[in-house]
Amino acid sequence: MPLVKSVRAIGHRAVNTVWRVGLATRFLFLTLTHSGMSFRRFGLVVKELFSSGVMSLIIIGVAGMFVGMVLGLQGFETLKRYGSESALGSLVALSLVRELGPVLAALLFASRAGSAMTAEIGLMKATEQIAAMEMMAVSPIARVVAPRFWAGVISMPLLAAIFSAMGVFGGYVVGVVLIGVDEGSFWSQMQATVDFQHDVMNGVLKSFVFGVAVTVIALFEGFDAPPTAEGVSGATTRTVVQSSLAILMLDFILTAFMFRGA
Amino acid sequence: MERIKLDLWVGAFVVAGIAALVVLALKVGNLSTYNVSETYQLQGYFTNVGGLKPTASVRSAGVLVGRVTSITLDTERYEAKVMMSIDKRYQFPKDTFANILTSGLLGEQYIGLQPGGDEDMLADGGEFKKTQSAIVVEELIGKFMFNKSESSN
Repeated sequence: MPLVKSVRAIGHRAVNTVWRVGLATRFLFLTLTHSGMSFRRFGLVVKELFSSGVMSLIIIGVAGMFVGMVLGLQGFETLKRYGSESALGSLVALSLVRELGPVLAALLFASRAGSAMTAEIGLMKATEQIAAMEMMAVSPIARVVAPRFWAGVISMPLLAAIFSAMGVFGGYVVGVVLIGVDEGSFWSQMQATVDFQHDVMNGVLKSFVFGVAVTVIALFEGFDAPPTAEGVSGATTRTVVQSSLAILMLDFILTAFMFRGA
Repeated sequence: MERIKLDLWVGAFVVAGIAALVVLALKVGNLSTYNVSETYQLQGYFTNVGGLKPTASVRSAGVLVGRVTSITLDTERYEAKVMMSIDKRYQFPKDTFANILTSGLLGEQYIGLQPGGDEDMLADGGEFKKTQSAIVVEELIGKFMFNKSESSN
């Protein structure tokens, strides 16, 4: 009965997925209630901020710059047809601040820092460091997971802001310096269309939500990984795949809430 | 030593992030153009506001003097009631014209003020009695076609 078998497999996978979502939610709750130590010993968070935030700076900055430069080129090509090259500034800034900044920075963060978090915690578990902590009555959630969670949540909005700012600079370099769009209209059109509350703050809010999603997925996968080499590698893959999907889906939901016409 | 170096890098990272946010707010966004000086409220009724939006600029002789704060429909007159906050430094005579204009062919719409010669100035809560609505291109084309057919008859 191959049909019954495959239906059963699909059902099993669906139930398993829901089960894991529930487990991840409990994991998030547990992390939040065990966060006291992270703030009492803020040095722990600072250490993780270094490995997830500072080490992602270069890739975020360079990627943002190139995305902005591409936007400048492509935007100019399209806007030229309508004779409105002066709107290049608004095009570059709006697309970066609203969408590309938070989303691409989060995708890069998921693959740069999220995968590292999963691998690190998975390996800690495989080498029984987590179990050793529990033996010493040290909560691994408070000591290992929570500082990483807060470091991710703090660094994500900052990285997204850096991405957007670098992107605007890249768009400026290509649009104004290389192509020769009027500098005054580039900035003034940008300032006329980008609203601080509606665009910039919504972008920050988005990146905050992405930061929570990415770090929770990464930490949960690491904590849940089977303590084998294969298990850790599978968990790392799942982190990148699932957090990328989560980012894109959350982005749609958030965008639908934030920019409903108006 | 290692500790201090770590803190230094993280500090630099946080400062860079906040600096990027400030750049986005001031250079990219419109936070710097928000009027921090004191304002007073004026209003005007328009038969059609076209594409005018809240936060659109109010200009006189091309100079930014205020912003549109709200646009609502007055159901007693069935006209659009436009509230504007004007910079306290600028006073306008009572017979000032308020026109809805468009910057460029496809640009944003704004309110242009043309001062009259009245001695009295508009106070807080005052109203522009003389207003001119937005030019709606469809209406213009309609009128033009109507006139065309009239004259050909």
